[in-house]
Amino acid sequence: MDHAPTRAMSAPAGTPVGLSQGSHTRGGVGESTLRPDGTLKVTGEFAYASDLWHEDMLWGCTLRSPHAHAEIRSIDVSEALAQPGVHAVLTYDDLPCEVRHYGLEIQDTPALAQGRVRYHGEPVALVAADHPETARRAAAKIRVDYAELPVVTDEASATAEDAPLLHPGREDHHAGHVPHPNIVHRQPIIRGDVAAARERADVIVTGEYEVGMQDQAFLGPESGLAVPAEDGGVDLYIATQWLHSDLRQIAPVLGLPEEKVRMTLSGVGGAFGGREDLSMQIHACLLALRTGRPVKMVYNRFESFFGHVHRHPAKLHYEHGATRDGKITHMACRIVLDGGAYASSSPAVVGNASSLSAGPYVIDNVDIEAIALYTNNPPCGAMRGFGAVQACFAYEAQMDRLAAELDMDPVEFRQLNAMSQGAVMPTGQEVDAPAPVAELLRRVKAMPMPPEKQWEAAGEAVDVRELPGGLSNTTHGEGVVRGVGYAVGIKNVGFSEGFDDYSTARVRLEVVGGEPVAVVHTAMAEVGQGGITVHAQIARTELGVARVIIDPADTRVGSAGSTSASRQTYVTGGAVKHTCEAVREKVLELGRARFGTYHPAWATAELLLEGGKVVTDGGEVLADLAEVLQDEAVDIEREWRHRPTVAFDRHTGQGDGHVQYSFAAHRAVVEVDTELGMVKVIELACAQDVGKAVNPLSVAGQIQGGTTQGLGLALMEEIVVDPETAKVRNPSFTDYLIPTILDTPSIPVDVLELADEHAPYGLRGVGEAPTLSSTPAVVAAIRQATGLALNRVPVRPEHLTGT
Amino acid sequence: MRVTFTVNGREQSADDVWEGESLLYVLRERLGLPGSKNACEQGECGSCTVRLDGLPVCACLVAAGQVEGREVVTVEGLAEHARERAAGCATGACGTGLDEARKWAARPSDGAAGGDLAPIQQAFIDAGAVQCGFCTPGLLVAADELLERNPEPSDADIREALSGNLCRCTGYEKILDAVRLAAARTGEAV
Repeated sequence: MDHAPTRAMSAPAGTPVGLSQGSHTRGGVGESTLRPDGTLKVTGEFAYASDLWHEDMLWGCTLRSPHAHAEIRSIDVSEALAQPGVHAVLTYDDLPCEVRHYGLEIQDTPALAQGRVRYHGEPVALVAADHPETARRAAAKIRVDYAELPVVTDEASATAEDAPLLHPGREDHHAGHVPHPNIVHRQPIIRGDVAAARERADVIVTGEYEVGMQDQAFLGPESGLAVPAEDGGVDLYIATQWLHSDLRQIAPVLGLPEEKVRMTLSGVGGAFGGREDLSMQIHACLLALRTGRPVKMVYNRFESFFGHVHRHPAKLHYEHGATRDGKITHMACRIVLDGGAYASSSPAVVGNASSLSAGPYVIDNVDIEAIALYTNNPPCGAMRGFGAVQACFAYEAQMDRLAAELDMDPVEFRQLNAMSQGAVMPTGQEVDAPAPVAELLRRVKAMPMPPEKQWEAAGEAVDVRELPGGLSNTTHGEGVVRGVGYAVGIKNVGFSEGFDDYSTARVRLEVVGGEPVAVVHTAMAEVGQGGITVHAQIARTELGVARVIIDPADTRVGSAGSTSASRQTYVTGGAVKHTCEAVREKVLELGRARFGTYHPAWATAELLLEGGKVVTDGGEVLADLAEVLQDEAVDIEREWRHRPTVAFDRHTGQGDGHVQYSFAAHRAVVEVDTELGMVKVIELACAQDVGKAVNPLSVAGQIQGGTTQGLGLALMEEIVVDPETAKVRNPSFTDYLIPTILDTPSIPVDVLELADEHAPYGLRGVGEAPTLSSTPAVVAAIRQATGLALNRVPVRPEHLTGT
Repeated sequence: MRVTFTVNGREQSADDVWEGESLLYVLRERLGLPGSKNACEQGECGSCTVRLDGLPVCACLVAAGQVEGREVVTVEGLAEHARERAAGCATGACGTGLDEARKWAARPSDGAAGGDLAPIQQAFIDAGAVQCGFCTPGLLVAADELLERNPEPSDADIREALSGNLCRCTGYEKILDAVRLAAARTGEAV
């Protein structure tokens, strides 16, 4: 493995960089330290948002639309309000001020439906009662008179001349640039000369691909507790991905200044993008402010499927050309993403899908177009992989087809066209950090193959658990064919297109009981990824202390940005590192003032904080931190920014729009019961470049978890929306399947650490890249086993049997 | 109605229980035991897995009235249950003194604790099997039950025993590691 040296990377705000602590301090960067919340989580004492309790608390409940598109003629709440135990029923008319809409980028989402519902499950009314069942039953007694309207559900119906407009009169910043008002955003990218390149191509491959609507399916349901405060404000304890983004959207609808909405992160049971948008935040606050009582809202699984945005389903048209010697000449594609009824993060998903649509390949001539639609389908937004997942499924299928046309090995064909450091993206942006695409492919290909026919390995009897269909006992090996598939992907890290993607950290260093203690306070949402583990490691490395306390995330400290886009270890980790450096400088100033005259090294040597002491780079101890600090606490809050990005040009798509790129490759080995269409994934190996594994155990966990979500999209996960009515047909874990431990194979992981010199510790965001290539690798393996084209995911048994 | 049953070795009563309430709701909202989780409330995810007279069940699918007079072990009582088993009381049904039962309710000192945990709990921490942790309580109860009846499970045995417990974060690899680790450590200790 190629280990780049760990050294201090340039920090943009001019703090000293020669003082990085390396990894001399135990429990620092690069070690697999254990989660600080681990004990609480295994004893059942960790307080998730749905576990919160308050004296006198009421339960909130949401009434949702049974129709995908309807006019609301009237709402009668009188019977609901008269139920014993009911304390409040709220509708649009009860919203307290003029601001009644919210949204991440475009404020098009009503806090409660106003005169019209645009998707199945849209919130219409709220109830607060003393028991959750009382609230549910009261909600069922609200009489809403709906007049159903025609629905638009795909590109043809949404962009028809007479199509009903989802948001007539929209005035957002994309509105003036789209070809139809039901198109949220359109991003073309033009580079080179596709027409000329097409003439040079010896083979041309075109394909139509489709990706179903995937759900984040985090296990901890949307939930929170709103407590009204004496000052007329509200304290909200909430499971979210980004406290300050929530705050910015909540406070105006409540008619409160932001300082009167105090938010604290409670335990978050997974997120994967699904908590980037608001769910019950405003609703719980409205009920709490109305009743003067604490209000808890907890979605059940059924409601959760309606309560958050999903991954955009997509239709993708691709054309690739290549010369006989295997070089790609050009790529043209059109990607249509269904954004559903409200914008959510659709514009940014369009930016990702278009800018990453060529994959990790050198393609000089491209003609790319991505759009997101407004339809009456469920709103779609952020999910792990964010626009890059859909494109990767399509371009990797194209790579296999091109290789087949050229009679080349699919891995060698990819390696021949793989980008490397210095390559230029379709946007014109240079990839100025390691891009070991060919090497990742080499590594997954070189891994040992799992043994054949493992169902026979046990001895005499067939072990059906090792076969497709498992304990359903559907085959004893008859009709079972093995297939192997490869894929590789590229994902951006961090928020792109000119977004001011900063984070804030507050670090306090003081002596408690004779021992130096660092307290790290950020607003970073720990959603399970292990950010708090990493923050403690960074503080130990930079401040040379053993004890680190992580304060709860809340809005008393500046924004940390979102726990998404694989960005938190990079950006909030960077903010913690940057602030620790400022604390260290202050500590050394104190030391110089107190002891500088006693030893010349205070002035001349490079000084480190290590093992609770100030030491020279030669290892000489100058002072204990306890002596330096005495009863003084060094307490600093700083913002930190990565390199700025710029918006993509609206016509050409050119621009240095992304912060960093990350790469992962997969090899899938599957066994298919070709008679029944059952697939068993035998192994799903992954190689990923992580720049620097700040916590190797957590890195492996991210790779294996992301890989498994990709497997889910390949084989089973899809929210099925009725094409006639736009109603969701499978809002439950009975009908929406996610991989179980029986569906999930062994996932060997090979981690490369090629430092990105622009990033803290050289690290690269880890969380999303493995979600991309997993899906196309599995489908490629099934294609090899069956010879079928399989242009749609998830692949279902009927797609394999033709029945 | 009033429901009286034994939870983690201690007899408990809940009053004013509505007939439609699940065991999960009574544990979480009436007895102050929110460790059993509410991820689907329809018996598909296993996050609310508890032992009912020794058998692993989804607490969300058990009507509260059904547990009258019976024994329930939740994740909050898992460490004590494992201690009793190690002391030779394999079913965990040999009773717990009030003082003993209160021990599990004490707050752990910090993340470095360890001695008070069941082997499977410590193994989940050490192996990196915990991410968001929402599936963890149910998986721990199910995995502990597996190790109770099969101290040396094969990978296929582990997968089969845990197939009713969904995890969305880990991809299950570290969970397999944790169960193997707990089995190995317990085997060494015997």
